[in-house]
Amino acid sequence: MKKIIAVLVGATALWAFSLSSELTPEEIIKKVDENMVSENRVTQSSMTIKGKRKNRVLTSKSWTIGSNQSFTEYLSPAREKGTKMLKLKEELWIYSPASDRTMRISGHMMRQSVMGSDLSYEDMMEDRELLEMYTAKLLGQEEIDGRKVFSLELNAKVDDVAYPKRKSWIDAERFVPLKEELFAKSGKLLKRVTMSNVKEVQGRWYPTKMIYKDMLKDGEGTMMEIISIQFNQEIPDYIFTKAALKK
Amino acid sequence: MIKFLIKGVIRDSTRSKFPIAIVAIGVFFTIFLSAFIGGVLQDAVEVNARFTTGHVKVSTLAFAENSTQAPLDLALLGMDSIKSGLQNEYPKMMWVPRVSFGGLLDVPDENGETKGQGPCTGMAADLLNTENGELERMNINKTIVEGRAPEKRGEALVSEKFAQKMKLKPGDVVTYFGSTMYGSMCFQNFTICGTISFGQQMLDKGGLIIDISDAQQMLDMEDGSTELLGYFEGGQYLDDEAMKIAQEFNARSTDSTDEFSSVMIPLKKQNQLEGLLNTSESMSEIMVGIFVLAMSIVLWNVGLLGGLRRYKEFGVRLALGEAKGKIYRSLLVEATVIGVVGSVFGVILGLAAAIPLQIYGMDVSEMVPSSNMMMPSVYRAAVTPSTVFMGFIPGIIAMVLGQALAGYGIYKRDTARLFKELEV
Repeated sequence: MKKIIAVLVGATALWAFSLSSELTPEEIIKKVDENMVSENRVTQSSMTIKGKRKNRVLTSKSWTIGSNQSFTEYLSPAREKGTKMLKLKEELWIYSPASDRTMRISGHMMRQSVMGSDLSYEDMMEDRELLEMYTAKLLGQEEIDGRKVFSLELNAKVDDVAYPKRKSWIDAERFVPLKEELFAKSGKLLKRVTMSNVKEVQGRWYPTKMIYKDMLKDGEGTMMEIISIQFNQEIPDYIFTKAALKK
Repeated sequence: MIKFLIKGVIRDSTRSKFPIAIVAIGVFFTIFLSAFIGGVLQDAVEVNARFTTGHVKVSTLAFAENSTQAPLDLALLGMDSIKSGLQNEYPKMMWVPRVSFGGLLDVPDENGETKGQGPCTGMAADLLNTENGELERMNINKTIVEGRAPEKRGEALVSEKFAQKMKLKPGDVVTYFGSTMYGSMCFQNFTICGTISFGQQMLDKGGLIIDISDAQQMLDMEDGSTELLGYFEGGQYLDDEAMKIAQEFNARSTDSTDEFSSVMIPLKKQNQLEGLLNTSESMSEIMVGIFVLAMSIVLWNVGLLGGLRRYKEFGVRLALGEAKGKIYRSLLVEATVIGVVGSVFGVILGLAAAIPLQIYGMDVSEMVPSSNMMMPSVYRAAVTPSTVFMGFIPGIIAMVLGQALAGYGIYKRDTARLFKELEV
């Protein structure tokens, strides 16, 4: 009996994988978008930044609608507590309680590191569908940490993307990226991201641990962990106003 | 005899006019160029010493290796104990901490939102302590255009150019926005207490000067600084002494396996200043060498032409029994007189050109290329007694040398040929 069950389970997995392997690259990234992109989301996360002298852990809460509206409030440590960021389309505003000032960050700053981490403001706030930004090419199938993955090459089809080229390793069963390499237009590798702790949240798979490594910087990288994430919530409009920064 | 020769030189203007003009031009160029080049190099070294290099600089090993980026995360911590150790060991030197940083300076509108923003190069020094001479060293009081130096925490000086661009005046509040030494964002409001024009392009563009205690708190750098600068008593850079102190310090403090161990670097080894100092030291010799060589060749030719013109005069004097050596010596005395007169004119012209350049300077701020070596944006000449001697003495030497070479022909004429030439 046990043997029959084992054979059935094996056959089902093989069938599922063979079905997924028949997907076109566009269908694969569409499935990834279905997991990763939502109408809106509320996230609480921690960011561990490994520094040369000491590591820092920052916690924050973010409200995001699509790729144009995002509001983040830092909750800890004490030095950062109360610092808020508001992104409205291309504009980024920062409120600092220490100076009680709301400051606009100019466009070129969007590529700067956030809080000394390996993430840029663009990385933090990018929430567009891959299918809208890239054309995909299937390079093959591999295995990462015992999971079958599709290896894809994504090339930008629009100009306003942070990374003109990506290589993504997509979990063949759950359709979430497990590893990504982000390239500049010149082909230079800029960042490497590894994702793990994939969890099912509100019917979609989502990686809750991400390690970003800026390849142009020394250091061991930045670990981002999702403490809680909720998709498609009721988010009041006032959150995405400059008045909310001072509240 | 000398009186007679001088009379001859004065009365026979063809014998003196051209050589005097040549010597005067040569002396003028030597004095003017050496004052100008010496002044610029001296200012460059001084600007670097006052603002960035000190006479010696202590930082972490990693900071020293990446000093062009001024990385705050590699700052020197435990600075007070390093400073007091150095103060005890080298009591005649002044040790002052500095913090270099960079970020954005944000100007608020009436609602406290961004009205304008610009990149800013910041420098923090111990300005509230009046005993360490930092205000004088950085020439702050003399370069204040409006307002005054910081007198309490939370006050800042901004560059006059930035203030004009952003329409700022003393009493206005600006916000510095940058990163702490650990990479966090930092925001700090400062009340502008004055505007300043450093005469240094890098600082004049977006300079912010604050007290070190404000910088340490703002940049999360408790008991830290990016650099600890040491200055010799009297403000003069002493290369041998600086090298010796640096060697002693590094032998006991630097650990090549620990990037945060401290290292001391003398001025000469920073910001490509070694080449500048070496050039500055050899500039006098180079200028004098070129001058004496070039002028001697010109004056030799002038002497030869003069000798040809006075061919008959020498012949008659020889025929009358005057010794060759005596004629030769009289030529040298004449040359000395011409050399002195020409050099005096040259010195007057050289000083007339160099002194205004020393006082008013020449603004080259648009032409100075950006580099980690601080170059003054106003070039000034430096006239010193040695500058005058550097032109005056070689002026005489060149004239005498030229005449000595030209007059040597006198010894080559034998009596038979002489009488034939004179058609006696």
